[in-house]
Amino acid sequence: MRPGIRAAAVLVAAAVATGLTACAAPAADAGKTLTVFAAASLKAPFTALAEELEARNPGTRIMFSFAGSSDLATQISQGAPADVFASADAKNMAKLGDAGLVEGSPRDFATNVLTIAVPPGNPASVASFADLAQPGVKTVICAAQVPCGAATKRVERETGTTLTPVSEESSVTDVLGKVVSGEADAGLVYVTDVLAAGNKVQEVPFPESAQAVNTYPIAAVRTGKNKDLAAAFIEAVTGPDGQRLLRGAGFGTP
Amino acid sequence: MYTGIPRWVAAIAAVGALFVLLPLAAMLGRVNWQQFIPLITSESSLTALGLSLRTAAASTVLCVLFGVPLALVLARGDFPGQRLLRSLVLLPLVLPPVVGGIALLYAFGRQGLLGQTLEIAGLRIAFTTTAVILAQTFVALPFLVVSLEGALRSAGSRYEAVAATLGARPTTVLRRVTLPLVLPGLASGAVLSFARSLGEFGATLTFAGSLQGVTRTLPLEIYLQRETDADAAVALSLLLVVVAVVVVGLSYRGPAPAGSGGRPAHSGVPERVPA
Repeated sequence: MRPGIRAAAVLVAAAVATGLTACAAPAADAGKTLTVFAAASLKAPFTALAEELEARNPGTRIMFSFAGSSDLATQISQGAPADVFASADAKNMAKLGDAGLVEGSPRDFATNVLTIAVPPGNPASVASFADLAQPGVKTVICAAQVPCGAATKRVERETGTTLTPVSEESSVTDVLGKVVSGEADAGLVYVTDVLAAGNKVQEVPFPESAQAVNTYPIAAVRTGKNKDLAAAFIEAVTGPDGQRLLRGAGFGTP
Repeated sequence: MYTGIPRWVAAIAAVGALFVLLPLAAMLGRVNWQQFIPLITSESSLTALGLSLRTAAASTVLCVLFGVPLALVLARGDFPGQRLLRSLVLLPLVLPPVVGGIALLYAFGRQGLLGQTLEIAGLRIAFTTTAVILAQTFVALPFLVVSLEGALRSAGSRYEAVAATLGARPTTVLRRVTLPLVLPGLASGAVLSFARSLGEFGATLTFAGSLQGVTRTLPLEIYLQRETDADAAVALSLLLVVVAVVVVGLSYRGPAPAGSGGRPAHSGVPERVPA
């Protein structure tokens, strides 16, 4: 996240916390600020897209809160001021829909699949999904309660492989962290995570990953203050600019 | 005893107390009481609770083992770098636990400073219960050191000096005079360490991982349950609050405030100084 956006996010959080939002932001300005709650994996492409949009529309500011989709859905249903919600899975979008907080119907804009991340040099010589179940291979996966863990379970079922992980993390970033630090021999993460990690990890693709494709939906939030700008942002994400940036980050087409 | 507290001080104190109690009360309001017992007695919950109690007990033992000598050295010693040592030992108090976890990773992890050596010695720390205990000890040790050092300082060293002039060796003085004098301080320090270990989350998550029965302590279980089952997360949170209140409540009887270093009211000053 750019320092400016981060500083602004902190300021807004502080203002909300102290109940001073109304005093801090004049009404005219509020019309040009969009708050997007997006799944953590979208950080790079969404930040880049926001920079392009802000450059093209002077005076418009786009602020992000990147976190786990389930956290974000909970925050929005507890009244967090979001204009747009981009989820890493359909389940958390449905959760918000059930609460009557989704404006219109959500649009699928990207897909993501699992892949195997190994530390540089692949110390445990992992070459396939089945290798992850080998004794002696320290595999780290997501817990079944979070989207990446649900996808992992699906692949296990489809391939008839039962993994015996040394750890079931509650976020995909924690899985990647264990691989980057060399604690784990392999971790199941998203393709986009491996791409973002650069040369800190190596990828071992496996064909069975196609059996568990995560689809990302985006929607405007009913309680959002900025309907026009929200619609424009969703248009940009699903349009050529957004799709180009998402492809670049490793996301697939829905 | 003087008890004249100005009204405005009492009013602000009430706001402060409310600030702490309100969130807890709000959580109580969200507990699904019909499902409460099944939620906290599910297999994963009981496993996590058992693991938490066992690891916190082990960490407390380690804290006492290393914390008592540290507090003695800091309170009674006189050497260059003492202040620096104190600041460094107390650092985990102010560090975000996740930073502690990263630091532990680079010390005891597979690729860490001692990782290779430990691996050759056949000791695997990564993803084991040992890693949980290390993380808890790291964050809880300062609590014991602070409590005990305060108790040692306020107890003073007069009795120790008398014992020494009567011919007691340093170890005898420590065993027969110093430790009995500061026992209440040591006890409250140990309780604080236990409570801190019980609540440890960030360093464990970063350093030890999360696997049922091995590394997934109660706070990690709560964090995970929150993803899908808010009722379970709230029920387990309440369980953790109750365990913490019971532990702290049992040991904080009497007016001796822990960590403040106040002289314990019933400090049991030895009637006879053994020669």
